[in-house]
Amino acid sequence: MRIVVCVKHVPDATADRHFESDYTVDRVGVDGLLSELDEYAVEQALRLKEKAESPEDVTVTAVTVGPEKAADAVRKALQMGADAGVHVSDEAIAGSDAIATSLVLAAAVRKAAGGGVPDLVMCGMASTDGSMGVLPAMLAERLGVPQVTLASQVETQGDQVRIKRDGDTATEVIGARMPLVLSVTDQSGEARYPSFKGIMAAKKKPMQTYSLVDLDVSADQVGLSVAWSVVEGTEARPPRTAGEIVRDEDGSGATALTEFLAAKKFI
Amino acid sequence: MSEVLVLVDHAEGVVKKPTYELLTLARRLGEPSAVFIGTADAAGAVKDNLARYGAEKVYVVDDADIKGFLVAPKAEALAQLVEKTSPAAVLLTSSPEGKEVAARLAIKTSSGLITDAVDIAEGGITTQSVFAGNYTVTAKVTQGTPVITVKPNAATPQEHTGAGVVEEFAATISEAARTAQIVASQPREKSGRPELTEAAIVVSGGRGTGGEFAPIEALADALGAAVGASRAAVDSGWVPHSYQVGQTGKTVSPQLYVAAGISGAIQHRAGMQTSKTIVAINKDDEAPIFELVDLGVVGDLHTVLPAATEAIHHRKG
Ligand SMILES: Cc1cc2nc3c(=O)[nH]c(=O)nc-3n(C[C@H](O)[C@H](O)[C@H](O)COP(=O)(O)OP(=O)(O)OC[C@H]3O[C@@H](n4cnc5c(N)ncnc54)[C@H](O)[C@@H]3O)c2cc1C
Repeated sequence: MRIVVCVKHVPDATADRHFESDYTVDRVGVDGLLSELDEYAVEQALRLKEKAESPEDVTVTAVTVGPEKAADAVRKALQMGADAGVHVSDEAIAGSDAIATSLVLAAAVRKAAGGGVPDLVMCGMASTDGSMGVLPAMLAERLGVPQVTLASQVETQGDQVRIKRDGDTATEVIGARMPLVLSVTDQSGEARYPSFKGIMAAKKKPMQTYSLVDLDVSADQVGLSVAWSVVEGTEARPPRTAGEIVRDEDGSGATALTEFLAAKKFI
Repeated sequence: MSEVLVLVDHAEGVVKKPTYELLTLARRLGEPSAVFIGTADAAGAVKDNLARYGAEKVYVVDDADIKGFLVAPKAEALAQLVEKTSPAAVLLTSSPEGKEVAARLAIKTSSGLITDAVDIAEGGITTQSVFAGNYTVTAKVTQGTPVITVKPNAATPQEHTGAGVVEEFAATISEAARTAQIVASQPREKSGRPELTEAAIVVSGGRGTGGEFAPIEALADALGAAVGASRAAVDSGWVPHSYQVGQTGKTVSPQLYVAAGISGAIQHRAGMQTSKTIVAINKDDEAPIFELVDLGVVGDLHTVLPAATEAIHHRKG
């Protein structure tokens, strides 16, 4: 079985994230890391491999699209236990929207799987920066396979996949047959930390770097200038004006709270 | 004027409120046409409501053959409707399903996609809130038919009588689109409280509750509010995941958000920062949540909330 996990290198959410003058996300001035939500996808891929009857027949390849530093995201996946890595890097890609990114990623997924569609393409539920959560569906559309998303539990048997999903109104079990695109949530199980052994082993694992030419994607299909939507402006949210802080002493907190709610007509 | 397609978000024929918000926003872009994927009977039952909020047309796509299948058939049906009507835009709700249908539709129709809009102005200029609510972004689709998903509470539904002409639309759904399927479904117990993402008031509890959610629920009920939670409370198994507010839970934007025993981590803020009024109760006067509040109470939630709840009941008489 062939599993390809898509991982994204994102600016640290706890840092001061901001935009460049062309409204793209500053990916250089802020520390980056493997999106925490993608760690869950790597984790689930590794668990599927470990649970397989013959784990050596399952390959897990981590794929990323992004600037030079993005290779760190793949490296982390290798340290966690993925078998191989693919990094697509090309200056023309900078500023691509989700639609163009999905075009490149779909090509990269095929390349990583030796030309065809792998049995499983796994993703996190959303990135922690753009957080659109649409890439799994776009990839599935481009690869011509179904997607099952937001899994909190994953089981496979042969080419059958069953997932559990906590929907708004119901908990659902969804069934589908490979090949497919699968996204997992942060409820699917804590991601492992790379062990010392894992970190050492990762250094010897194969890592391919591709440009657009290698993927047969033309540079004029991607990048900021051909994005199908444009940002017209960005504005930092004005800091909320400092509110009133009351220290609760002998019930003063509850009184302040009740009076505040009444004054604002919430009662 | 061009049509604007609005995919009706409904559960077994009960239309969800965000659909009326979409119809209201759609009027800024053209003539709203509701797209109802369900049974003809259910469509008949809801068409008057859709018309009351401005639907000039109601396209009915019979779902007998596609019920239970995920996303892909809906995207195919919508793509065929886009082909037929050349609409000014397609609007969907920003639910996980709405976003996935939108994603496939955008690729099928070679169109730009904007997700999680909190407003749409004339000319299709959208406003989004990004980086945990720290920035707002205005954007516009420049290619194809704008496909836009809109967050709940982005607009107040406005009544505006539309003709509501029902038109059956026979979509051709491929075999390939009918593969991923719901095989079992366990409905969640109804709490009787408002829907978290639609509620005007949300009262949330975090790790600071110590697992004791009764004071949170009592205050919520006194205010007619929905109950929310931090991930720490969900991970501890105190409340179901459907209560979670934040980056990997729900995004809420109510009139009033009350956070009790929640520290205010960036991932939690991502789900509540755009609330109109924010109140926090926390023992620690240095908790980051206090940076956001209109009113902060430094104190123990186990004493403050019950006393406030009692005072509210008292006031209401
Ligand atoms: C990828 C990722 C996604 C995440 N997604 C989410 C998400 O969607 N939603 C989310 O909430 N978190 C999310 N988190 C987790 C987030 O980082 C925090 O860990 C979490 O929000 C903390 O929850 P908390 O505030 O309840 O707990 P804590 O941070 O432990 O805070 C508890 C607070 O309660 C106060 N307290 C304790 N006792 C009392 C008392 N008796 N009375 C009053 N106050 C008291 C304490 O002073 C403290 O401030 C995510 C994290 C990651 C990495």
